[in-house]
Amino acid sequence: MKRTLIIGATSAIAEEFARISIENGDYLFLAARSPAKLQTVAEDLKVRGGKKVCTSVMDALDCGSHESLLRAAVEALGGLDTVLIAHGVLGDQKAAERDYRVAEREYQVNFLSAVSILTHVASWFEKQRQGTIAVISSVAGDRGRQSNYIYGSAKGALSIYLSGLRNRLYQAGVSVVTIKPGFVDTPMTSHLKKSLLFASPRMVAAGIYRAIERRRDVVYIPGFWFGIMTVIRLVPETLFKRLKL
Amino acid sequence: MSRTRAPESWGRYPKTTQSAIDLFWISDSPPFSSIRGSMLPYGKGRSYGDVCLNDGGTLLLTERLAHFISFDLGTGLIRCEAGVTLAEILRLAVPHGWFLPVTPGTKFVTVAGAVANDVHGKNHHSMGTFGEHVRVFELLRSDQQRLICSKSQNPKMFRATIGGMGLTGLMLWVEFQLKRIANPFIALEEIQYRNLDEFFTLAEESEGSFEHTVAWVDCLARGSGLGRGVFMRGNDATAQQGAAAPPAKQKRQIVFPVDAPDFLLSRPTVSAFNSLYYHKQLHRRTSRLAHYDPFFYPLDSVLDWNRLYGKRGFLQYQFVAPHAHSHAVTAEVLERIARSGAASFLSVMKTFGERPAAGLMSFPRKGVTLALDLPNLGEKVLRLLDQLDEIVLQNGGVVYPAKDARMSARHFQSFYPQWKEFARFIDPRFSSSFWRRVTAS
Repeated sequence: MKRTLIIGATSAIAEEFARISIENGDYLFLAARSPAKLQTVAEDLKVRGGKKVCTSVMDALDCGSHESLLRAAVEALGGLDTVLIAHGVLGDQKAAERDYRVAEREYQVNFLSAVSILTHVASWFEKQRQGTIAVISSVAGDRGRQSNYIYGSAKGALSIYLSGLRNRLYQAGVSVVTIKPGFVDTPMTSHLKKSLLFASPRMVAAGIYRAIERRRDVVYIPGFWFGIMTVIRLVPETLFKRLKL
Repeated sequence: MSRTRAPESWGRYPKTTQSAIDLFWISDSPPFSSIRGSMLPYGKGRSYGDVCLNDGGTLLLTERLAHFISFDLGTGLIRCEAGVTLAEILRLAVPHGWFLPVTPGTKFVTVAGAVANDVHGKNHHSMGTFGEHVRVFELLRSDQQRLICSKSQNPKMFRATIGGMGLTGLMLWVEFQLKRIANPFIALEEIQYRNLDEFFTLAEESEGSFEHTVAWVDCLARGSGLGRGVFMRGNDATAQQGAAAPPAKQKRQIVFPVDAPDFLLSRPTVSAFNSLYYHKQLHRRTSRLAHYDPFFYPLDSVLDWNRLYGKRGFLQYQFVAPHAHSHAVTAEVLERIARSGAASFLSVMKTFGERPAAGLMSFPRKGVTLALDLPNLGEKVLRLLDQLDEIVLQNGGVVYPAKDARMSARHFQSFYPQWKEFARFIDPRFSSSFWRRVTAS
């Protein structure tokens, strides 16, 4: 049994992760922005046999609330073993190119808010000298492409941050898992044409649960994305800049 | 917003083209105003014909509306979103000693689909249709009005939506009553019978003492063996019977991966299968304990079995005819099919009981029902089915819309004279390929 805090608990991947967690008897504390959706998810998990499912409405952009959220989770669950950060937005790249404020919001949601939450979580876990932090980054953060480099650079910064955090927390016995999913069939991508590259939220969530149990460092889900991204990273910049990606 | 696989119906006929949008949250208001043309809810696409299709319009995909809302372990009352499948309900409920009150032959349908087609099962004579067990649901209309419907609240809309083929609006969630079981087993008897007379005798003597009855029919047998088959009857196993059951084995799921070539289900192969199935029993009568999965859902262990019929798809045909003519009708229909050479792989027959219809447009009624599937051989099969419609009509029977892809407007309107009354409850922005076809003048 693990005690897990999930940020962005109404995201499709987080929801499937929560279902897998309760099948394993874990206690959950769910945080998300929309009260109605949060209630829908929590009720579903309770019917499915969740022994302890607590909720708190949160706004990821309200950094001042993050410390009290963490404290509420620790108190409600009687301690904390795992934190999964799953919130994020896939913004409109074109709009962000025209308007800095659109880009800024995307950095705040996808990167800065995670840094704020992790600041509190890291020091808590460092003190108790155990715990697992899993954060959903993206393959988009591995290299900048013209079609989504705002989202990509936010996720890229997040991946680098996590790499540093992992290095710092290693001595304290705390593991940091960077999750890099490829395309996932979720509301975030409902406007995209689906192809064979798309994975189901269930499959990605199962991969995350496994990665946490095995205390992995960086995982690509599904695994074939590691191959794809290795090739993409190897293309020389002089050639890469000419590609329409 | 296209999916990897375009929505189609289970029979893969007719072929249609339509847009589709995913719905994710029942608390959200779907973007109805930005949808041009008509809309129709679409769950798992397990209806056989075109009741779940909307050529040239939009499908509202309910698959992701898959949350449970409440489940009372004491009373067996369960409430869940429209897109929850019966398989998920079983997975949740069976370990707590609860089962679906009524189940169709596949568990891969959504709960709202079960209501919209007012589905029935092997226990119709004892438990009626799925709709009989529905307590309340919420219906979202295209003007964003949300209606709570039950026998006491919006009772007319409640009755029109049960069996209403998704045309009265979008069901968001459904609450219904589960049935108590002692264990996941059925105490089953299988009896080989030699002709239609024997079937009707067995059906009559079994209805009073067996909750579940159904017969598999060898529809290629003719002459004195016309209608021969295997009669199955059973009751939910008692605690005592269940204790003697061997531990359940995890059965492997087989996925039928490709469209089969046309010869696979041709007359010689189907004939061989039917003959083997009929003679699989060495004794005329056997009794055993069967797990509910192979008993209720024999075909679910082969995912995508509809691809066995290849790209051209297949046609399902199911009718019910009143007892006064039941022998004559079934004999005539079976004879015509056997004569046509259009081989039916799986044909089942059962008697429906005397139950008041749960929905305005519900199909089941007292009498005998026969369901069969036929490969889509084009004109030849379509002509045959038209003739069968006529026979059914002459004998006071009706054909099942959830399985239909081809009946004429004239026949539909004669089968369901209440269709004009039903039409008043249809959401002005909802429509389906089926509905346009059977109401065309």
